[in-house]
Amino acid sequence: MSVTLSNEEIARYSRHLILPEVGMEGQLKLKQAKVLLVGTGGLGAPLGLYLAAAGIGKIGLVDFDVVDASNLQRQVIHGTKDIGRKKIDSAADRMLDINPNLEIVKHEVPLTSENALEIVAQYDLVADGTDNFPTRYLVNDACVLLGKPNVYGSIFRFEGQSSIFATESGPCYRCLYPEPPPPGLVPSCAEGGVLGILPGVVGLIQATEVVKLILGKGTTLEGRLMLYDALNMKFRELKLRRNPECPSGNCSVVKGLIDYQQFCGIPDAPPSPAVTLGDLEATDVKRMIDAGEDFLLLDVREPHEYQIASIPKAQLIPLGTLPNRLTELPKDARIVCHCKSGMRSAKAVDLLKQSGFTNVANMKGGILAWSDKVDPSVPKY
Amino acid sequence: MAKILIPTPLRQFTGGADTVDAAGASVAEVLGALTAAYPELRPNLYNEEGKLRSFVNIYVNDEDIRYLSKDSTAVAEADTISIIPSIAGGRA
Repeated sequence: MSVTLSNEEIARYSRHLILPEVGMEGQLKLKQAKVLLVGTGGLGAPLGLYLAAAGIGKIGLVDFDVVDASNLQRQVIHGTKDIGRKKIDSAADRMLDINPNLEIVKHEVPLTSENALEIVAQYDLVADGTDNFPTRYLVNDACVLLGKPNVYGSIFRFEGQSSIFATESGPCYRCLYPEPPPPGLVPSCAEGGVLGILPGVVGLIQATEVVKLILGKGTTLEGRLMLYDALNMKFRELKLRRNPECPSGNCSVVKGLIDYQQFCGIPDAPPSPAVTLGDLEATDVKRMIDAGEDFLLLDVREPHEYQIASIPKAQLIPLGTLPNRLTELPKDARIVCHCKSGMRSAKAVDLLKQSGFTNVANMKGGILAWSDKVDPSVPKY
Repeated sequence: MAKILIPTPLRQFTGGADTVDAAGASVAEVLGALTAAYPELRPNLYNEEGKLRSFVNIYVNDEDIRYLSKDSTAVAEADTISIIPSIAGGRA
């Protein structure tokens, strides 16, 4: 095996090469390394940019999403010109522009129990930048089964977590969290929001750990959970141990991959936004308003969302405060609930029905549908 | 009183507070005082059988109580208790 650096590469990596902890030996390790990035979004963006620049030889990308305007606030690997493009293409172009020496492998598929082992096996380690629990557990189990370190990062609003799982002697994700929360209990970034800079910080903690693992230098996050609170600018760390009762069985004998959608309590069919009988289209609600029908339009979003966009006539009671404010609503009133996309308002409808309200309906698609079908001057966010 | 650090996803149940002081000699007592003050927290920390949910970890200072004495882990005045729920965000 006689991997060498070209003169172009020597010039490019000069600041690494004069660093004793990297040097020629380390740079050659980076060049021979194969890293899989799961997701090219918030965490995958800084990971992809810096790992490309650092001189990793081969980077696999897993993503099947398309760049959306709302991604650009944090997914800095994609640009305005890329809106509508496949993220995997946009990310690959940007990474190759930074470093044409890089080999990129595109896995334009959702990671599943069927393909995960085959994909992960092609790499030395994995950086997990996914956004959902089923894929988190899938990545963990595949890494445990194959003995590949999993460099983990996760974000919510102003808060991030990072660690390294599934090393030879360290804990795995299931040692930390044996089971996922039931759907709906933990809001996603799409529901809860996220400070755009946060994934940059957390993704670069992951990138740092990826490079250290490859170089075999320093003290990694194995056995430690790093917590980052951007709002108060605090880093804390907690001890992680291999859990003797780990459901993956000492982290080394996971029997095989399972159905992760089912494991996470997600029904097989994609979550149709809770369409039930009695749901109304945005256009139905508009017609009811125009006809002067007697009903209460209840907006269950948060006050800061109401400030961005609202429907005239709607009364704001955020979903979280609804249980304590039921007395404000007449029991016999006809109530139509709406939110941003129809998910929270479906929960509000359930809550109202359980509380004895009988004439309650959900406006399907929320204010997004209102903007699409009734009033385009209402901004979408 | 021990200091409890409330993680972002659960602050909606503590009126936005990121730290809450609560009295008690053990983790169970301190969390009992916390959930008495903020009842909406309770179903997010405990399941129907009253056991801590498996996607919520409790730390006294930097140690996971699963490797100490679980619920009966002793808590001193100056201790910090962290509630660390799983979060999944990253790609979208």
